[in-house]
Amino acid sequence: MSRTKGLVVAALAVLVAGPLAGCGAGGSADSLTLYNGQHPQTTAALVAAFERDTGISVVVRNNDEETLANQLVAEGSRSPADVIYTENSPPLEALVDEGLLAKVDPKTLARVPARYSSPVGRWVGVSGRISVVVYNTSLVHPSEVPTSVLDLARPRWRGRLALAPGETDFQPIVTSVEHADGKQATLRWLDGLKANAGGHIVPNNETVTSMVDSGQAAIGIIDQYYWYRARADQASSTSHSAIATLAPGDPGYVLDVSGAGVVRSSRHQAAAQSFLAFLTSPTAQHIIGSTASFEYPLATGAPPARGQPPIDRLHPDPISVAELGDGSGAVALLQEAQLL
Amino acid sequence: MTATATVAAPAPGATRRRPARPRLLFLLSAVVAVVLALPLAFLIIEAVQYANQSHGLETLRGLVLRNLTAELLWNTLVLTVAVTLGCAVIGTLAAWVVERTDLPARRVWAVLFVLPVAVPDFAVAFGWHSVFPAIGGFSGSVLIMTLAVYPLVYLPVAASLRNADPAQEEVARSLGTGPVATFWRVTVGEARLAILGGCLLVALVLLAEYGAFEILGYRTFTTEIFTEFNVGYNTPATCALSLVLVSLALVVVVGERFAQGRGRVSRVGPMAARPATRHRLGPATAPVLAGCALLVGLALGVPAAAVVHWLVLGGAAVWSWAVASAAFHTAAYSAGAGLLATAMALPVALLSVRHPGRAQMVLERSTYLVLATPGVVIALALTYFSERDLASFGYLTAWMLIFAYAVMFFPLALVAVRTSLAQAPVALEEVGRSLGRSRLEVLGRVTLPLVGPGLAAAFSLVFLEAVTELTATLVLVPNGSQTLTTGFWMAQTNAQYPEAAPYVAVMVAIAAVPSYVLGRWFDRLPQREPVAA
Repeated sequence: MSRTKGLVVAALAVLVAGPLAGCGAGGSADSLTLYNGQHPQTTAALVAAFERDTGISVVVRNNDEETLANQLVAEGSRSPADVIYTENSPPLEALVDEGLLAKVDPKTLARVPARYSSPVGRWVGVSGRISVVVYNTSLVHPSEVPTSVLDLARPRWRGRLALAPGETDFQPIVTSVEHADGKQATLRWLDGLKANAGGHIVPNNETVTSMVDSGQAAIGIIDQYYWYRARADQASSTSHSAIATLAPGDPGYVLDVSGAGVVRSSRHQAAAQSFLAFLTSPTAQHIIGSTASFEYPLATGAPPARGQPPIDRLHPDPISVAELGDGSGAVALLQEAQLL
Repeated sequence: MTATATVAAPAPGATRRRPARPRLLFLLSAVVAVVLALPLAFLIIEAVQYANQSHGLETLRGLVLRNLTAELLWNTLVLTVAVTLGCAVIGTLAAWVVERTDLPARRVWAVLFVLPVAVPDFAVAFGWHSVFPAIGGFSGSVLIMTLAVYPLVYLPVAASLRNADPAQEEVARSLGTGPVATFWRVTVGEARLAILGGCLLVALVLLAEYGAFEILGYRTFTTEIFTEFNVGYNTPATCALSLVLVSLALVVVVGERFAQGRGRVSRVGPMAARPATRHRLGPATAPVLAGCALLVGLALGVPAAAVVHWLVLGGAAVWSWAVASAAFHTAAYSAGAGLLATAMALPVALLSVRHPGRAQMVLERSTYLVLATPGVVIALALTYFSERDLASFGYLTAWMLIFAYAVMFFPLALVAVRTSLAQAPVALEEVGRSLGRSRLEVLGRVTLPLVGPGLAAAFSLVFLEAVTELTATLVLVPNGSQTLTTGFWMAQTNAQYPEAAPYVAVMVAIAAVPSYVLGRWFDRLPQREPVAA
């Protein structure tokens, strides 16, 4: 029994010591708490540069953007968060609706074209991505690749489409299609996608990309950076897929904005604003454009993303971030189509 | 059940002699039950609030009563049945081979058979998926989940076989019962509570599993609940679907209760523990060894090979300080959870085994529902009550995460403690009481030593599950801290497999410690050396 007692005492010691060790983080005046829904490696590089520049330390909480937004709502005015940084605009718009975001410093907003930021100035656009078609080059000839997202619902893609309806990147496409063609047409289109995807309804765009690349599916719709990231991780000789943009202005051709906002209840408003200013600074925009994030930096005059066409040569659907909204309409449609 | 294996329920007259139900025990158990009911209370509050909004009820009804629900229900049910049966067979056979035969190197096998519980289900799924990309869907999920969770049957069955009275098998054999019939009627019969308890855990864990099915592309109720939660910005819909899932768990829990039957398994004859005679495998040794090797190879070898593959690819660069920090946090939180859950399980188990009654039974059974509640719902429930009633006291502290783990894995602790208690002869406690010892003294000097292996098993089960918990951890982990699972998941979802590998390797190493210590401790129990047949 002495052995067990020793074990219990050791476990108790760990139990008492462990949590105390964690108490140092957060709360002090020269430290920020960042709720990060962006890809952690991109954020880690940005945070490291910010800490070096300003001496302000940043405590990062990583999770899915919608989970973090939900958490902020649940926490209300007692939230420990100072800044939230998301992959897409809908969670930020939802937080604006809840009255949880502070006004962004106008000098920060001025660095980014107004159409990429909150229409009421409560979050700032940092980087962007576009939705594209990804196809397997052995299974699909480039001339067969559809130029409209609506064509993916045609019977010729039955059993060949991979779809991630739960991806937050898919909601803006649904919103955009509804904006262009109305509710009934959108539902018919979603029914077609569901029939075509069959057993290839998958959790995320990483899976869509790898299924198309491996030939388990022939075609899919993703944000372009998933394909670039996957290709960077593998030898190019083993890549069996390519991406194609849709026709200019097609409702499936959407520019998704990743942005950041200051939490209204934050007790570190000045430091939080300086983090947003940093995200739109040339230093940060250069990090975004030159690292493996493969996103388009959005600040005026920022260099184009590594190995990709400049953003002004893209022709996405002109739908605005306000029209993309908080995504709840898209979710209701996806639920009605039983994709969610 | 043969008469030898069963001590009949006390005669009606005995009930009157038993002391009134101990108030302290009942109070403690009630507190535990209330704590465990918090997630359910949260689900109901959210759903009712939503239903009271305009069109809320219609929306909820629309979300719950539709084809997709039926499809997910079917997916979930067939998978649960198939995996539970597979685990019952594999877990029981493996436990019998280790505890009751002269299998060579059985101490090593005993550790190897438990280890898969230390490998998170999603890591097993990923290991297989990366080696055989075509694996997925229903058959892939059945295979991988069976390999990942069979230890939940193995552990309680092994503990039960270890403590069972060998006289009963001997009596059966001496009465002319054949070896197979003896195995089925006596050995399996004695271990029946443990097998059913293990199956109950397997079924409930499957209902709540998320990561593995997400990787294998198999849609169940729980994966859908997460999707709704993540994209829907829609907690009420998540709660409504979770209520359906909890109802499903209720069916499982009630079903297991009916399968349990009555009667208590205990020793007959001499009171001192006596080791069982080990069956000689003889010529069957080679095929049995091959079977053991196959099981370990499939359950551990494939995921291990995948991890080693990523580690080699990643080189030294992936062993960052972040991994060490995550390891420390994981060990601390999980040890805390193991202690807390075991402490919570003891009064409930004592009450249900030593003072059975309808109220006690309902109280005990209700606690199982929490196991089928998705981690994210438990995290949301604790957040909700902390924010609403306690001015966010404890929120995002280590204490709350430990508390969440203890709540989530309480049923594991309960099964282990209860199985041991049910087998500890109540007569010894009665002797203690008759000698004038107080109830607490008897608990400390008679009962606890008797259920020692059960308490240790409870701690290690909860510890192992907490080490591999993902979804509640993502929501409740203190700001700036990382655990091994969250570190793994962040890297994995970003397809950074070499960076993900060290987290899995350390996770297995940490979880291996309690498995090994436990195995050794069991082996050192007195009179454990096998007797020649």
